[in-house]
Amino acid sequence: MSALLSALTMGLILSLLALGVFISFRVFAFPDITVDGSITLGACVSSVLLVTEPTPLVRTLPWAVAAGIAAAAGLAYLFIAEGKALRTFLPRVLAVAVFVAGFVVLVLCFRNPVVATIAGAAGGLLAGMTTGILHAKFRIHGLVSGILVMTALYSVNLHVLGKSNVSLQSATTLSTYTNDVGSRLLGGETTLHIFRWEAATNDLSMLVFSFVFIILCGAALYAFFRTDLGTAMRATGDSPQMICALGTNVGNMMVMGLALSNGLVALSGSLLAQYQGSADVQMGIGMVVLGLASIILGEALVGPGHLGLTLAGAVMGSILFRLLLAIALRAGLDPVDLKIITAGALFLALVFPQALALVKGWGRRAASKEVRHA
Amino acid sequence: MLEIGNISKTFHPHTPNEVRALRGVSLTIPAGSFVIVIGTNGSGKSTLLNAVAGTFFVDDGTIRLADQDVTRWPEHLRAKLIGRVFQNPFSGTAANMTIAENLALATRRGCSRGLNWALRPSLKSEIRDRVRQLNLGLEDRLDNAIGSLSGGQRQALTLLMATWRRPELLLLDEHTAALDPKSADQVIALSEQIITREKLTTLMVTHSMQQAAYLGDRLVMMHRGRVIHDDTGVHKQRLRPDDLLARFEAVRRGELVDESVAEMIGALYV
Repeated sequence: MSALLSALTMGLILSLLALGVFISFRVFAFPDITVDGSITLGACVSSVLLVTEPTPLVRTLPWAVAAGIAAAAGLAYLFIAEGKALRTFLPRVLAVAVFVAGFVVLVLCFRNPVVATIAGAAGGLLAGMTTGILHAKFRIHGLVSGILVMTALYSVNLHVLGKSNVSLQSATTLSTYTNDVGSRLLGGETTLHIFRWEAATNDLSMLVFSFVFIILCGAALYAFFRTDLGTAMRATGDSPQMICALGTNVGNMMVMGLALSNGLVALSGSLLAQYQGSADVQMGIGMVVLGLASIILGEALVGPGHLGLTLAGAVMGSILFRLLLAIALRAGLDPVDLKIITAGALFLALVFPQALALVKGWGRRAASKEVRHA
Repeated sequence: MLEIGNISKTFHPHTPNEVRALRGVSLTIPAGSFVIVIGTNGSGKSTLLNAVAGTFFVDDGTIRLADQDVTRWPEHLRAKLIGRVFQNPFSGTAANMTIAENLALATRRGCSRGLNWALRPSLKSEIRDRVRQLNLGLEDRLDNAIGSLSGGQRQALTLLMATWRRPELLLLDEHTAALDPKSADQVIALSEQIITREKLTTLMVTHSMQQAAYLGDRLVMMHRGRVIHDDTGVHKQRLRPDDLLARFEAVRRGELVDESVAEMIGALYV
């Protein structure tokens, strides 16, 4: 029962990765392999913030000011590129600068799992933004931009973590919070009987939390894609020429989309580290393949078309994929072979629809031949 | 009003593939004019439209639109003033999105995109009314993917999208070239109806001599990046497809003469 709950929880957490990969690969048709680095970045940033001592307020100020200035300069550049006058955007730029500076102070001064998780996601957001800027502003091929940032992130992650892995066993994490809430709701019970199986309260509470969190994230993403900005983002991937002719800056849309995508991926990394109780600089290897496999499985389950169904399909695909892996491991698969099995499963998921169409084509041709002979 | 002042554009300069696409083109198009641009392949018609739309910056000269110098404005900023219909029906619409979503994006052409709902019920009802006026029977299929429509239907919707917010300039780049004759006629009739009703300043490129002769109030013929004929008023109204074909024949003969002269010079040097 514990293995099943663990597989479901992992599937739910990694569905955020699938949603992120969905944005880059399906919405923008952008082969973004920054994902392998940004999931680790999310995990590393959150883990470090959870295990290090909080910084005194005075020492956070230079960082906060630097971050505020950087944010203000970046935003002002975007507004200037849009041809807007200084007085129209200055209040918004100042507000964002103050918000970013305040967030940096909050992150450095308090050791809190929620703040650490948000900071992890923000790290991924910056990584995605960098890939987007390399591609859109410096005209570097999408795949190469992703490779550049992913490679750079390996060193960044090592710097952030300070060593190759960090344990969160003694830290207070979101997992600790959910366990506390779960045991309080169940009156201190450590196990629960579901049908005839015994389930640990810890596992169950994390599963319920992940489920609710993913539902909220999925709903928010769906709502976002129904807004004017989100619709323009979807159109950017579909027909850049059209959206440009309608007055939208394609480059900016790409930067924002990749930031959102990698933000979700890093959020997934942050939750994963807190659930597993450790962060490792190698944990991102092959994650982009895993995200893609989830999307393809999801599409096979719900079919392409409606946006809401596609998003739900990505989540379902991620859960199914983790379940299949758990079953394979349970059946005696060597964990060393996990990545090759993942790649093989993705290959099968990709060729299955083609093989099915081929078989149907043969069937139709054979039937028409029989009719002609008759 | 559109004022094109002595613009030039050379692609791949200082290389063996150098192409001088525009050579000092000047045109002043008063507000409300409907200008047809014709010319042989490679004459610079589409390059002229793309230069005005901001697909690339010109090497020399100025472009002024609605009393603003837009020469250095990027394409997406010029879109605030310009509506465009492309030659390829697939370029002007987002195939995987619904008809309503495509049109909803067009209602905010040139405005900044925010977190408001793209498709409010009131907007959807307005979209339904405007689509009904096209008489294509699409008003009940607003939730269908636009990719499921025919080229003619997509081009009609692209035209509606380009003109939903009245543009200062409408650019039609051979927008019926990829359509079958019946659909092309429908789209041309619709274009004429919208342009006349809204009194739009329009620049239309076409290869059809029929369209060039009978549409618009001014005709510009281009050759090798230059304007070689500019007919307005009575001159334009008197033009018939045969006259235009005769002009193309004259251009072709001129090219043959050029080629034979080049061959003679080449032979002399060899």
